[in-house]
Amino acid sequence: MTPVLQFTDKGIYCPGGDFYIDPWQPVPRAVITHAHSDHARLGNQHYLCHLESVPLLQLRLGADISVQGIAYGETLRYNGVSISLHPAGHIIGSAQVRVQQGNEVWVVSGDYKVENDGLSGQFEPVPCQVFITESTFGLPIYNWQPQAMIFSDIRKWIYENQQAGKSSVLLAYSLGKAQRLLFNLKDLDTPIFAHGAIDVPHQVLLAQGYDLPAIQRITPDTPKADLKKSVIIAPPSAAGTPWMRRFNPYALGICSGWMQVRGSMRRRNADAGFALSDHADWSGLLQSVKATGAEKVFTTHGFSSAFARYLQENGIEAEAIKTAFGNEDEEAPQEAGTATAAVDPTPDNGTAAAPAAGESE
Amino acid sequence: MQQFTQLVKIVSNSTKTNEKLEALRHYFTHADARDKPWVLALFSGRRPKRTVNSTQLKQWCLQTVDIPEWLFEECYHSVGDLAETIALLLPDNGQQLSTHPLHYWLDELAKLEKAPEAEKQQFILQAWQELDTNERFVFNKLITGGFRIGVSQQMMVNALAQTYQIPPATLSHMISGNWDPRQTSLEALLQDTGSGADASKPYPFYLAYPLEEDPSVLGQPEDWIAEWKWDGIRGQMIKRSGQLFVWSRGEDLITEKFPEYTPLQNALPEGTVIDGEILTYADNFPLPFQTLQTRIGRKNVTNKQLQEAPVVFLSYDLLEWEGRDIRDTPLQERRVLLEQLVAQVNHPALRLSPMVTFDTWQRLIEFRQQARDMGSEGLMLKKRSSPYQVGRKRGDWWKWKIDPFTIDAVMIYAQKGHGRRADLYSDYTFAVKDGDKLIPFTKAYSGLTDKEMNEVDHWVKRHSLEKFGPVRTVQPELVFEIAFEGIAASNRHKSGVALRFPRIHRWRKDKTPEEINTLADLQQLLQQYKG
Repeated sequence: MTPVLQFTDKGIYCPGGDFYIDPWQPVPRAVITHAHSDHARLGNQHYLCHLESVPLLQLRLGADISVQGIAYGETLRYNGVSISLHPAGHIIGSAQVRVQQGNEVWVVSGDYKVENDGLSGQFEPVPCQVFITESTFGLPIYNWQPQAMIFSDIRKWIYENQQAGKSSVLLAYSLGKAQRLLFNLKDLDTPIFAHGAIDVPHQVLLAQGYDLPAIQRITPDTPKADLKKSVIIAPPSAAGTPWMRRFNPYALGICSGWMQVRGSMRRRNADAGFALSDHADWSGLLQSVKATGAEKVFTTHGFSSAFARYLQENGIEAEAIKTAFGNEDEEAPQEAGTATAAVDPTPDNGTAAAPAAGESE
Repeated sequence: MQQFTQLVKIVSNSTKTNEKLEALRHYFTHADARDKPWVLALFSGRRPKRTVNSTQLKQWCLQTVDIPEWLFEECYHSVGDLAETIALLLPDNGQQLSTHPLHYWLDELAKLEKAPEAEKQQFILQAWQELDTNERFVFNKLITGGFRIGVSQQMMVNALAQTYQIPPATLSHMISGNWDPRQTSLEALLQDTGSGADASKPYPFYLAYPLEEDPSVLGQPEDWIAEWKWDGIRGQMIKRSGQLFVWSRGEDLITEKFPEYTPLQNALPEGTVIDGEILTYADNFPLPFQTLQTRIGRKNVTNKQLQEAPVVFLSYDLLEWEGRDIRDTPLQERRVLLEQLVAQVNHPALRLSPMVTFDTWQRLIEFRQQARDMGSEGLMLKKRSSPYQVGRKRGDWWKWKIDPFTIDAVMIYAQKGHGRRADLYSDYTFAVKDGDKLIPFTKAYSGLTDKEMNEVDHWVKRHSLEKFGPVRTVQPELVFEIAFEGIAASNRHKSGVALRFPRIHRWRKDKTPEEINTLADLQQLLQQYKG
């Protein structure tokens, strides 16, 4: 019997329903877990995603794509295969894909995190026989603090910078992390400025009615005096570019799960690192795998071999699969994003704006 | 412990010298008086004796978190630091419960030296429970040693000098030498005027910057003295209170390691301090550094070693004479005294480093070209009028090394680095050709810019053939020019050679693996310069 889902060189394929999930080569029908560029790529004939993901997909892939949005839990049927989407908690509109054929249920997690960040929905484990899970942070050194604690550290850091007469530049990926920061810092009594790459999705989301604070987009005309002691949100690729000079004196903080390890922070010359991740940590991954009750687990990207081996040794059949969602255990924080660079409109009114890169974190 | 943890956090994260200095000043102003000498000791490489080893720490961590050993190793390779790996793996206790100061932990750790293993384990587990994640990292670092976290000795000296309003050179001398952080307070150290309290106390070494231009920029040749630059261990020989002390530049007391020097205890006059090079030497010729290595790290020297690797002290300078600090006397006068002293002592273990006489810069350039034949690694240029300064200073002293050997080689293995380079393929193994085969001959860790290293890292991730734990075999495609200072025969290496100071000189993007050097080229170098 053919399996419900297969791993092909174009992506994860459902032969029964003739569709792909997050394909990395153009296909007729693509089900998209979320709008990040290593999961949602250009060139597919038709896209299916969560309702809240539709405007983001249109932003990144073009307003003219053929896209259908559905709600969490809503079921579609193709040739006796049923598909439904379930909250993944990764970014706005992110979803796990549940595929059922006969009595067999497979779930593709996409990227997910277990903690509710207030914007991206609460991750729900979906019972299934086969679970295809990400494993970006699949090592036990990666266990996150609750976000309330991390945001309290961020506020403290901003305050200390202000005391020292400095601006606080926070590097955060333009889709996902940036909104999470803004949502959780919305009561800050300091003006928040943003790079064009952050402002573009921000405007789209504001138009959709999300409860995000007002931000000021940085242009060549933004007076330097206004930026003093302010909070600035910029994409990771802005680090080290001349664009940053206008903030002097400033302190640089990076918000990424990789910041858990001191070496990654020092390598990026940051003044502060906040291990704020939109991916599940080690215990989150384990807990989710167990909660699905899956008999078989495929790990797709991140520390996939280590995580699979650990599951295997703990009585859950598991296997690491090579996908284009990350090159084995090296989904480097600054990598990927070439697709984004091509399509992410990053107009900063002609200044040396860096395109948003750095997809996974 | 909280205060110290905070200090470590700032100095290890900050990339700005001023911030680090400020944090150190703040620490030395506000910290517990009994903690301060410890911090000074830790940051100047005086690490406490290990009473618990890394294997034990790892085992107890494994038991606490219940993960298999291979997973621990995966984590370690990703983090690149054992102390940090353990701190991250231990379950977060959510808060820090202990208020013990730094010296408490260090004292308690020291007490464990003779304790049975079970008692050690109990103490460590208890400590892990009481400390929060950041403190655990610092605590583990206290045990594993090597506090290399971005504070140089010079930076600490500057911070203390500012805090206590003492000139850095004086301060540097005050904190050198033999003292025990358990017995000494920082204030006592800094009140010591240097006279007598500690007979073994060395002077801070004066170090030279490399000369990167033509020597003619230095002015008139007659204002300068030239000497050969020797490749041994820079040392200081002290005779005070009837005793002999020999210090290495790393501020280790190494008198006992070199019995050759024992007769000098009587031969040297009281109140003498000589700066020089510890060198293996036979038939009036220096032996390669590798022979000196056979003498380092051994407590008991065999007769065979004494014969095969005899050590001398090649004197450069006289710092103390008849009990008087003469560092401010001009070099040419110190040199006269030094020559008299060496002649008077007249012992084969104490030699004078010969001067190279020259009247024109052109003549000196010719001498430099002969350096390798002299068994030296270049020349030292010292201004005749120069005082003996403290630390690395520009102006009066310059080192003018010969150009290194270079070999074009292909990268065959890559491994992730440690610390700042953890998670980045930064450590490479290189091979030369031998017919159809590639023979690994050296590793090199440094020499690339951050940008190039990122590029290589990216390439490695896409061109791996096999993975053995942290090591990846890569397609032999990238060619690098490897520079090194010396070459010696080695039966521990497949290539039969061991290199001195190998590093990446250039990435030869213009060369293909077919164009690299051969094993025969290395062997020829070996024949030519084996010393």
